[in-house]
Amino acid sequence: MMQEKQALLDLHELYENYGYTQYKMSKFEEYDLYVRNKSFLISDSVITFTDTNGKLMALKPDVTLSIVKNSCDIPGYIQKLYYDEHVYRISDKTASYKEISQVGLECLGDIDDYCITEVLTLAAKSLATFDRNYILDVSHMGILSLVLDRIGVSEAGRQALIECVSRKDIHDAEHICREEGIDAEKASILSRLEACSGRVDTALKELNKLFDDAEWISLVRRFGNILALLPNENIRIDFSVINDMNYYNGIVFQGFVPTIPTDVLSGGQYDNLMVRMEKKSGAIGFALYLDRLETLVAPRKDYDVDILLLYSDENTPADVLEAVQKLTKDGLSVVAQKLIPEKLTYRQLINLTESGV
Amino acid sequence: MKQMLNVALPKGRLGEKVYAMFEAAGYPCPSIKENNRKLIFENPECGVRYFWVKPSDVSIYVERGAADIGVAGKDILLEYTPDVYELLDMKTGICRMAVAAPKGFRDDTRRALRVATKFSKIASDYYASRSREIDIIHLNGSIEIAPILGLSDVIVDIVETGTTLKENDLEVIETIVPISARLIANKASYKFKNEQIKALASHLAQQLQAEE
Repeated sequence: MMQEKQALLDLHELYENYGYTQYKMSKFEEYDLYVRNKSFLISDSVITFTDTNGKLMALKPDVTLSIVKNSCDIPGYIQKLYYDEHVYRISDKTASYKEISQVGLECLGDIDDYCITEVLTLAAKSLATFDRNYILDVSHMGILSLVLDRIGVSEAGRQALIECVSRKDIHDAEHICREEGIDAEKASILSRLEACSGRVDTALKELNKLFDDAEWISLVRRFGNILALLPNENIRIDFSVINDMNYYNGIVFQGFVPTIPTDVLSGGQYDNLMVRMEKKSGAIGFALYLDRLETLVAPRKDYDVDILLLYSDENTPADVLEAVQKLTKDGLSVVAQKLIPEKLTYRQLINLTESGV
Repeated sequence: MKQMLNVALPKGRLGEKVYAMFEAAGYPCPSIKENNRKLIFENPECGVRYFWVKPSDVSIYVERGAADIGVAGKDILLEYTPDVYELLDMKTGICRMAVAAPKGFRDDTRRALRVATKFSKIASDYYASRSREIDIIHLNGSIEIAPILGLSDVIVDIVETGTTLKENDLEVIETIVPISARLIANKASYKFKNEQIKALASHLAQQLQAEE
């Protein structure tokens, strides 16, 4: 558990070094906020209760909505906040409600390309705290949206194609295009977009080949300029990273670390959510799912304890205490017992009565 | 040293067919053909470790990362919607998800339609898209007898040749979706074993193309 606390402290320090201030919030929020933005939530099931004043309240399933609700909307002003909170939602592992520990940050206001680069940099550095062989997959909802516009698909078909792209399911995407009467050349754009996944430099080259008009080139160039400032080894372009277009508009990203089978970090630019919440400014942020990282921060130990110290009534409390302190001083963990506990695993057994320490 | 690629294959006829495709694509593991009860087989030279699991469990092994890749039917992927990549249509195990009813069936739209199925989600989604109220009866097998015994009006099930339906006086009245086996990959494995997985998918794709 010490390692988990240390990892959290490292993250706090990282965010504070970049001028982000911690945002502490209450565990409850009016339920109404979530009803209005249900599809923004990962799971739409919320634990609710009636407060003493009769208001229907919810245990927070999400932090971003509360931060956006309370953000100020002053032209030219940028708010940089981070949080370390518990949220309550249905766990994808157990299909029941769980308290989930979440750390993340939000950058709200008149955000520019520097802000976007900074948030991506902090996402990369957050992942590096856990494993330096991390991978940060980055996508751009604007690019995907433009590709879909150019394919010219119906609204229902568009949604189905987005789902196919998120699964890298090109064969079904082609099938949908055929059903929509889209010609094979236009339909092939999606598979060419999927082929643009991978290391930033090669992916950008492929992206540039997709279209040659000014709108496309400028969008790809801006995307490339931001990515060029990030640690090249760990960044990948991957258009299967997709967040709800009703909320997210620009860059979206997901982070992975070796040995964890799912994404452990997720974020993006969510100007559309700001508009829905009647804010004039833009925003970008991310969250780290600490529950998914728990096997990394608290790795399974081979032994419960280094030393099992057996003592008897012949030993005085002072003798036992002295022996325990001597061993712990050497950096060993010790459990003092009179009998060998069942199921306890230990590296070494020392019998204080028979041999001393 | 080459990282091992863990491959979950569906036990049974489909799995054997799929293994033959992996073998032909350059990923053989001769010990798999030995007649024993082992479930895990590996060939370090090719960097693959195969294991047989229940077909409906393949996507769970892959989603949770116990397997890097696997082969699962589209029916399972639609029913359980695992968070995995779907890299290739293996063009085998071809069948369709369909609504079947006793011959001469007429839908009484004044009341909810009673639907017996193993695939509750697929059936619910299908009828929700048509705004038809249904009463789902989840069964685990022998779905065909449900309408005969009056347990349901129709069934939603996989239809391959239609022989079982015919023998029970049932017929397909609507096709919901075509089904085939898909090569799926765990999302994190796809990042960290990217070259291996891409190479394997591409060898399989080339082989499929050659067969066509």
